[in-house]
Amino acid sequence: MNVTVTVNGAERSADVEPRMLLVDFIRQTLALTGTHQGCDTTHCGVCTVLLDGVPIKSCTMFAVQVDGRALTTVEGLKQNGQLSAIQQAFHQEHGLQCGFCTPAMMLVGTALLEENPNPTEEEVRWAISGNLCRCTGYMNIVKSIQAAGAMKSEEVSA
Amino acid sequence: MYPNKFDYLAPTSLDEALGILAEKGPAIKVLAGGQSLIPMMKLRLANPSALLDINRIPGLDSIGESNGHLTIGALVRHNHVLKSDLARRSNHTVASAAPWVSDPIVRNLGTVCGSLAHHDPEGDWASVMLAAGAEVVLKSTQGERVLPINDFCVDMFQTLCRTDELVTEVRVHKHTARGGGNYQKLERKVGDYATVGVATSLELDEHGRIAGAGIALTSVYAHNLKVGEAELLLKGKQPSAELFKEAGAIAAAACDPASDTRGSAAYKRHLVGVFTERGLTKSLEIAQGGQS
Repeated sequence: MNVTVTVNGAERSADVEPRMLLVDFIRQTLALTGTHQGCDTTHCGVCTVLLDGVPIKSCTMFAVQVDGRALTTVEGLKQNGQLSAIQQAFHQEHGLQCGFCTPAMMLVGTALLEENPNPTEEEVRWAISGNLCRCTGYMNIVKSIQAAGAMKSEEVSA
Repeated sequence: MYPNKFDYLAPTSLDEALGILAEKGPAIKVLAGGQSLIPMMKLRLANPSALLDINRIPGLDSIGESNGHLTIGALVRHNHVLKSDLARRSNHTVASAAPWVSDPIVRNLGTVCGSLAHHDPEGDWASVMLAAGAEVVLKSTQGERVLPINDFCVDMFQTLCRTDELVTEVRVHKHTARGGGNYQKLERKVGDYATVGVATSLELDEHGRIAGAGIALTSVYAHNLKVGEAELLLKGKQPSAELFKEAGAIAAAACDPASDTRGSAAYKRHLVGVFTERGLTKSLEIAQGGQS
């Protein structure tokens, strides 16, 4: 079946089997390997991407389901060649250890900050509760997301 | 992990979908949120020869109200319920359970009606509906059936939904200003099945007596268990701590939990008693607080 999807702002088309999972479509067909594959059982959340701005686990959707829709993967976070606020914040606050969960954490953080620009620690922890960090580096992940919120607020007021 | 091969059908109208179900229903699984179905297909526990994706059918994704009911359409996601002021105002058991269903990302796709149709004995929504009182709307080319949730839920993974039918809506009783409800859930981690879940619902009469009560249990029986004996005990009585303790004891005696990695049977049974008592107490607080 033909699937046409807007990925990080650019339209991409491919012919896929209905049983192809979205995560495999992203990684293999589109060769965007920033989206990771972890447990493959809907638990760990490392395969999270944004579907029309909303975080979803791409191991638990078929590629054919997203025909005509818009995806954002970690590769789409940078803006005009510059790191986005969330990427800068993860860099500054050292929001990663091994980095495996990082793309998903940044995407979930991005979606959270769209809804709630200044989340409390509890709100951030709630938002990322569907994403596992096997390094257990949650402290700095939470700090990074909050720092990105503060950074974006400064940009707005500046 | 890849599921077996299947045909993918994505109708854009309800009539078209019902026509497909009438023709090849037994071979088809309906795909709404897919957050239970797709993992089962990947593990090859489910091997449908075709998937009917209802996500492109307009008009199934709204939360509304009609005739004293909160209506939840087939494509309403868990997170939509969680964020809906109407849902929060209409039924306290629903509002209390919504944040406990799976994890925040799964909640963006998973649906309430899908959860009811799937009818996993460890699913939260069936208990909520059994306690709160609800009706399931089923559509087919033959017409529409509206079944009380009690009848709809048959056994684990079994409902009265025929293979030519689609669950299009669930209608939940709205709590009155003298009503309250609650969902108690213990989970080992976010997104896990309940170790124990207890849904409660109360309606008081003008004298403060219990006009109606609902209690249903998750993960402690072969299916979601409505505890009719405890509901009957409460009806017509003046609410009190002793009465709720007694209801808790009945619920604990009625359940039949299994010892597993989540806890021993004795521990779970104890929790059922504690959660029933606690849930009823919280339901009463809301009912007496006059929150609507």
